[in-house]
Amino acid sequence: MSNPAPAQSLWARHAKIETNSILLLIGILIAISFGGLIEIAPLFYLQSTVEKVEGMRPYTPLELAGRNIYVREGCYLCHSQMIRALRDEVERYGNYSLAAESMYDHPFQWGSKRNGPDLARIGEKYSDDWHLAHLNEPRALVPQSIMPSYAFLSRTPLEYRAMADHLRVLRTEGVPYSDEMIEQSLADVRTQVDPDSAGADAFLKRYPKAKLRKFDASHREITEAEALIAYLQMLGTLVDFKLYDNKANLR
Amino acid sequence: MLINASRKAMHGGELGLLLFFATTTVLCLIIAAQTTEGPFAFHAALATAASIAAIFAIFNRYFERPAEPAPLEIDGKPNYNFGPVKFTTIAAIFWGFAGMAVGLIIAMQLAFPDLNVEPWLNFGRVRPLHTSAVIFAFGGNVLLATSFYVVQRTSRARLAGDLAPWFVALGYNFFIVIAGTGYLLGVTQGKEYAEPEWYADLWLTVVWVAYLLVFLGTLARRTEPHIYVANWFYLAFIVTVAVLHLGNGLALPISMYSSKSYIAWSGVQDAMFQWWYGHNAVGFFLTAGFLAIMYYFIPKRAERPVYSYRLSIIHFWAVIFLYIWAGPHHLHYTALPDWAQTLGMTFSIMLWMPSWGGMINGLLTLSGAWDKLRTDPVLRMLVVSVAFYGMATFEGPMMSIKAVNSLSHYTDWTVGHVHSGALGWNAYVSFGAIYCLVPWLWNRRELYSLKLVNWHFWISTIGIVLYITAMWVSGILQGLMWRSYTALGYLEYSFIETVAAMHPFYVIRALGGFLFLLGYMLMIYNVWMTIRSSDAVSPAAARAPSLQPAE
Repeated sequence: MSNPAPAQSLWARHAKIETNSILLLIGILIAISFGGLIEIAPLFYLQSTVEKVEGMRPYTPLELAGRNIYVREGCYLCHSQMIRALRDEVERYGNYSLAAESMYDHPFQWGSKRNGPDLARIGEKYSDDWHLAHLNEPRALVPQSIMPSYAFLSRTPLEYRAMADHLRVLRTEGVPYSDEMIEQSLADVRTQVDPDSAGADAFLKRYPKAKLRKFDASHREITEAEALIAYLQMLGTLVDFKLYDNKANLR
Repeated sequence: MLINASRKAMHGGELGLLLFFATTTVLCLIIAAQTTEGPFAFHAALATAASIAAIFAIFNRYFERPAEPAPLEIDGKPNYNFGPVKFTTIAAIFWGFAGMAVGLIIAMQLAFPDLNVEPWLNFGRVRPLHTSAVIFAFGGNVLLATSFYVVQRTSRARLAGDLAPWFVALGYNFFIVIAGTGYLLGVTQGKEYAEPEWYADLWLTVVWVAYLLVFLGTLARRTEPHIYVANWFYLAFIVTVAVLHLGNGLALPISMYSSKSYIAWSGVQDAMFQWWYGHNAVGFFLTAGFLAIMYYFIPKRAERPVYSYRLSIIHFWAVIFLYIWAGPHHLHYTALPDWAQTLGMTFSIMLWMPSWGGMINGLLTLSGAWDKLRTDPVLRMLVVSVAFYGMATFEGPMMSIKAVNSLSHYTDWTVGHVHSGALGWNAYVSFGAIYCLVPWLWNRRELYSLKLVNWHFWISTIGIVLYITAMWVSGILQGLMWRSYTALGYLEYSFIETVAAMHPFYVIRALGGFLFLLGYMLMIYNVWMTIRSSDAVSPAAARAPSLQPAE
């Protein structure tokens, strides 16, 4: 039979795809590519995506080590670091979070659930001693808290020998760590908890606004708790919202 | 027999895998010796042991197998390969128990925080264990088992590859062991539902490519002209999960001897990548894959054809096209640009329609067989799963509306929504499939006890209802408390007051989870007794007439 086929219905044409696994595979790949390409790709080149702000800098080595503990312990599963642009959130936690404030975060830690409060601007709201006691036994300070105890953090010495490797990989991924920062990374961990050390001024030049002090006064050596507190105490403190001009970024 | 009929020799797959595992043995041994990190050394040692075991297993199998490869057909009928299907079915049942038990533990931890045992059993480490164990270990093994079964049956062809299906089944479960132990030891890349570190991700990529090849290879062997609709969904699931995994998981380790890596993306771009991945883990792992289960097991169990062939075409393409866009609804009112949030919301709402198209196609397959719901608790489980799917896919689009999301986000409402989908839809459709598969695979006439299935159904349904109602109330309550103002214009509640208010609901939720686990244990017993029973029937008699192809 070689009758010219009548104009084929769409359903009949679909049979071509249904009888050829490679066509089906290609069809699927095409169908799933639109959404991702259109939603993700522009975020890398639209300049309005990440605001221009004063004050953002890469994490100090000690803060970075603390952040890695934050990630390791899964803190992001109960604490967000993303203040939404809603009245009650701004009044409770402070200025809504800017994209720029997490631009050096690999990975981002915005979170998705608040079993505990948002931490995007927790820096300097409580004392170092409060944080240490709270990590050791949250319910000693907040009786109704449901946070686990993290007493082992203040018993565990911080492991930071590979710090230069951390900074180097982050630089490859776009975080502006300088050669000097990488060279000094090991020493900088120690400098940050020793304000009287000779390198303190140079350290502050590398990392403006960094907090230079012994975060865990009860231990001579640097503990994991100390690094974590150094990280918590800087969260949300880099951008000065008295100076930040919201309108400047409108496009 | 002629002596020279066939000289036994290793085939390419065996030689290739031996070489592969010899390489991994050496590589992992070097890493285990060089690394200074305890957990990484443990994983490298585990991988070394597994590689050596694999080498032994390949040799053993070679010495015991006949010289000829397994025939593709026996007496004109396909010679199906059900070994890997049986293995992944049992693995699914095992991991399901582990994952749900861990879920109960973390539910209790939220109600009674003293149950946290630092450092290994703190909430932050155990929670990823729960999510990964139920989604990827339980759900993943169900998908492996059913896809390997369905693709053979509907193609009327033996599974492609000799060792390859075993490589996929065992390799995937090894990935789960590495991922799960890693979480407890503090090895995580800190991305929700994508926590495994770079080396586990790398291994999963290898396994997943093998999975795709086995699946495509089996389709290529099919003797049916049309690819059955369930296989479209399986294929979309396999391919898309590969794309998502590669995009979201791109990371650089700080060295070959360290488990620590840094994700390539940062900040807002990383957030978008994460929820593009995260929501499509829902869309393609937990939806497309499980819709494939629906499309085979419901018609089969009801003994009715799929309601509408055209509807299945429309909703297949619509679901996979629209789902990919939905991710940004996890980031409403955040620092993600507004245009992306709006796109995410719009497509999430549109997604309601094809989702219900799938639900309608599943439910109306029962046309003319509704009476079976009274007598067949397995079919009831399958059908109720589709009803839950419909509920969850209505609730989801609703929660993706920005105004609703401003209340629901960061609260337990999301947790409740996830569980109405995960328990009601994914778990129920899996249970239904397992209840069907076990007698088919082990050549039993029927399950050990349908009465126990009935009990399982009702106990877990009460569990789900307790779970999701508790989470609705706690979620909406906490959301409202956060934004509540006094007459003087101050925030009314401190954060900790809103935490304290959650306690009774966390207890109810844990009770719901306990009931669900209890029902699950009935299933374990039932499956165990079915396999043990001596009520074996011949494979031919047990085999119900095969399905019609798609048209």
